[in-house]
Amino acid sequence: MSDKKATLKIYRGDNDGGEFKTYEVETYPGMVVLDAIHDIQAKQEPGLAVRWNCKAGRCGSCGAEVNGKPKLMCMTRMSAYDDDPEPIMVTPMKAFPILKDLVTDVSQNFRMAQKIPAFAPRPREADGTHRMQQDDIERIQEFRKCIECFLCQNTCHVIRDHGKKEDFAGPRFLIAMAGLDMHPLDTLDRRELLKDEFGIGYCNITRCCTEVCPEHINITDNGIIPMKERVADDYFDPVRWLIRKVGGEEKKKKASLPVIQNETSTPVVKKKKTEKAAKADE
Amino acid sequence: MASAKYETHEHDVIIIGAGGAGLRAAIEASNEKLSVGLVCKSLLGKAHTVMAEGGIAAAMGNVEPRDNWKVHFRDTMKGGRFLNQWRMAQLHAMEAPDRVKELEEWGALFDRTADGRILQRNFGGHKYPRLAHVGDRTGLEMIRTLQQHGVHLGIKVYMECTISRLLTDDDKIKGAFGYWRENGKFVVFKSKAVVLATGGIGRMFKINSNSWECTGDGQALAYLAGAELMDMEFMQFHPTGMVWPPSVRGTLITEGVRGEGGTLRNKDGKRIMFDYIPELYANETADTEAEADKWLAESTQAGGSKAKRTPDLLPRDIVARAIHAEVKAGRGSPHGGVFLDIATRRSAEDIKRKLPAMYHQFKELGDVDITTDPMEVGPTAHYTMGGIRVDSDTQESRIKGLFAAGECAAGMHGSNRLGGNSLSDLVVFGRLAGLHAAKYARDAAAPSIDDGEIEAAATEALAVFNREEGENPFLLHDELKDSMQKHVGIIRVEKELKAGLLELHALKARVGKIKVEDNRHFNTAWHQSLDMRNMLICAEAMCQAAIARKESRGGHARDDFPDQDKGHFSKVNIVSRMTKSGEMEISEVPLPEVPADIKKVLEEDSK
Ligand SMILES: Cc1cc2nc3c(=O)[nH]c(=O)nc-3n(C[C@H](O)[C@H](O)[C@H](O)COP(=O)(O)OP(=O)(O)OC[C@H]3O[C@@H](n4cnc5c(N)ncnc54)[C@H](O)[C@@H]3O)c2cc1C
Ligand code: SF4
Ligand code: SF4
Ligand code: FES
Repeated sequence: MSDKKATLKIYRGDNDGGEFKTYEVETYPGMVVLDAIHDIQAKQEPGLAVRWNCKAGRCGSCGAEVNGKPKLMCMTRMSAYDDDPEPIMVTPMKAFPILKDLVTDVSQNFRMAQKIPAFAPRPREADGTHRMQQDDIERIQEFRKCIECFLCQNTCHVIRDHGKKEDFAGPRFLIAMAGLDMHPLDTLDRRELLKDEFGIGYCNITRCCTEVCPEHINITDNGIIPMKERVADDYFDPVRWLIRKVGGEEKKKKASLPVIQNETSTPVVKKKKTEKAAKADE
Repeated sequence: MASAKYETHEHDVIIIGAGGAGLRAAIEASNEKLSVGLVCKSLLGKAHTVMAEGGIAAAMGNVEPRDNWKVHFRDTMKGGRFLNQWRMAQLHAMEAPDRVKELEEWGALFDRTADGRILQRNFGGHKYPRLAHVGDRTGLEMIRTLQQHGVHLGIKVYMECTISRLLTDDDKIKGAFGYWRENGKFVVFKSKAVVLATGGIGRMFKINSNSWECTGDGQALAYLAGAELMDMEFMQFHPTGMVWPPSVRGTLITEGVRGEGGTLRNKDGKRIMFDYIPELYANETADTEAEADKWLAESTQAGGSKAKRTPDLLPRDIVARAIHAEVKAGRGSPHGGVFLDIATRRSAEDIKRKLPAMYHQFKELGDVDITTDPMEVGPTAHYTMGGIRVDSDTQESRIKGLFAAGECAAGMHGSNRLGGNSLSDLVVFGRLAGLHAAKYARDAAAPSIDDGEIEAAATEALAVFNREEGENPFLLHDELKDSMQKHVGIIRVEKELKAGLLELHALKARVGKIKVEDNRHFNTAWHQSLDMRNMLICAEAMCQAAIARKESRGGHARDDFPDQDKGHFSKVNIVSRMTKSGEMEISEVPLPEVPADIKKVLEEDSK
């Protein structure tokens, strides 16, 4: 099997321009696209730039577009293209500025992450534990599987085609917010932030993000849509929010539900939410 | 002034490494109201810690109320065959539960028990179910939690920035020198204290489970700055790496598979581990399949189990050598491993729910459905017990103001680490390192850095561009990996080790002749050439220490000295340091005396 060959066309260049270069590699069983890139790097093109870490689909470093489809290169088997006579095209993620070859500038995502107010838990039980049922956290654990590959950000047309990089947080950060909002212990009201700062309204539920997520997170249906509903319903009905927050997901054990204004986080959580939720103490 | 020529940043404390240890250290130093810089080679959140699967060990006693720090301490010392720094093992066992609760407080969502507390699972060498976990992606949960907590504390993060030299003055730290991976420009960090948290050295083996970052940078930086390395002979080969297909050879399969009931079988379908139970573990290990399965069924239920533990969960060094022996005896699987069977032991639903990442990993990369078929597994270089020698209480090295924590530091695990004890090590000692670095920095004077030292570091880093022609850094790395695998692998023997050492010296000379083309803009070949220096230092230390330790213990097995020494070698750690002339010098240091009350804790094990 090892004498089989494959041809790849790889983007070489940076944001100011570049070209596709063609390389031939010998394939072996189980080979993934990232292996091919490394092979080229070692034997043909030492300067070829690529990001990777784990080579096991766990770190989310190696996102790129393979034949136009957003993929983790370390989880994309070369054999998937065996029947395709055309060379395998490897291009950097399109929604982000190219630094070099397959490496893009994803710093915008780290800035967005910083805008998310830190988790603010309710106090512990008298015995020092936090009690939560497995059933109640499974949904959030799904969001927390996110490996921050940013393939969904890369795919979402709001970011990609409409350039709404600053007004729209994108799917990854909407589910990060959903994960916090649905966290049984969290006490912050994040709805206004979702609406104003994170622009949840821009999402028109195309589900393209869900399709490309290598972690198979049901981003749209489990994360974004429920959040959209909450923002719409609860926004004009604070009582409803309180009922849900205090009575629904939480086990109604807590007499007090203090909302902590996190001083060190970005001050986008509105103060009035603090007052509003403080009423729940009674 | 140097600062005029190169970009310069000044902080009270610089943390090098943003895995679990580095992030936790940064959070602690930042809590002390100091200015903190956090430097890492990759993007934030991508450090090797993200790959950790099975869980974090802490004697919380949620599943088995009989558990407490003493039992955890004893298990850790026993797993390390008593070569651990007892004080580190004690601190670790005592503080781990608080560190796990703290992670929960910062948003980590561990799997739950029926009564809503943090669930704990069985793991090798841990007497009771002890590993808090999130399915098989515990490391991701941990790193994301620390990252999200840390980004709000005002820590300045320098991503994709590699440190190539520490700057020191008379055995005192002053800062660090490095380059931006993206544009290749140099950067100088001035700081009163430095914490190294750079992780392991697995990339110097051909078959390994590690990410590209694990090139022993922290160990080498410390060594070059005059600190000592200790226990470098002890390399953990994890028993269950993937063996097929070649592309994923070495990729880890979590011990959690065995924790959930998976069992190792040879080609005849026989459960192999019953034949490899060592004396040290005989009184707590089941010798029949029925008893082992009874324990598996009962141990995580209320009331625990009176049965003895399954031998599938013996410490890793024992399991890895058992697999090695089965393969050598011709009883292996088609691709040179043995079988790990979970399919006949748990329902498909359980497997997908408890081990989702493993299920996908095999399906997508190995063409195996683990709910119906066994996996093929074999040992893979995984974790280094050795590293920078530090003070047990403060994590300070012998260079003042230079601290180390996490996998790059030595002492906590002795000759063999128990699964789950690394993630807890990261948060326990990461915190201590951050705390003591901050304390030190508060009283230290602002350092001044001289141009000569910086220019020397810059010249060293650029040498590979200034040669007419020379060696290819990628191919040299391959040769190093082959050589280490062959000579300093899972079973060692003096003749091979000496041959390995000669090869390392030859490789070192050739690394001095590497030629890199192109410019400094995200030039992986250049980065690789600089990493080679670090890997070679660690490789030499491992090889030398392995020659010096004439016995078999934990992650160091000698064919020519197959037994564990009850005398001399049970009382010493092996230390490497650099002489004035730049040679590596190996010496023995006595293990610290175990105080009487701690001895008593160790002896309570007799039942
Ligand atoms: C597949 C796998 C599964 C594992 N599962 C478990 C488990 O279930 N339980 C457990 O307890 N342990 C587990 N381990 C072990 C554990 O994950 C590691 O030992 C641990 O994560 C190491 O953490 P660290 O903080 O010391 O370093 P790392 O997480 O390796 O981080 C090192 C950091 O240092 C940075 N760095 C390195 N060199 C430089 C430099 N020169 N300049 C700047 N920055 C640098 C890197 O960029 C990175 O940020 C597992 C390991 C593997 C490989
Ligand atoms: S569903 Fe929404 S977030 Fe996802 S790709 Fe479509 S518009 Fe973007
Ligand atoms: S949600 Fe999925 S696609 Fe998006 S960053 Fe996370 S893992 Fe990647
Ligand atoms: S290298 Fe980690 S996801 Fe591909």
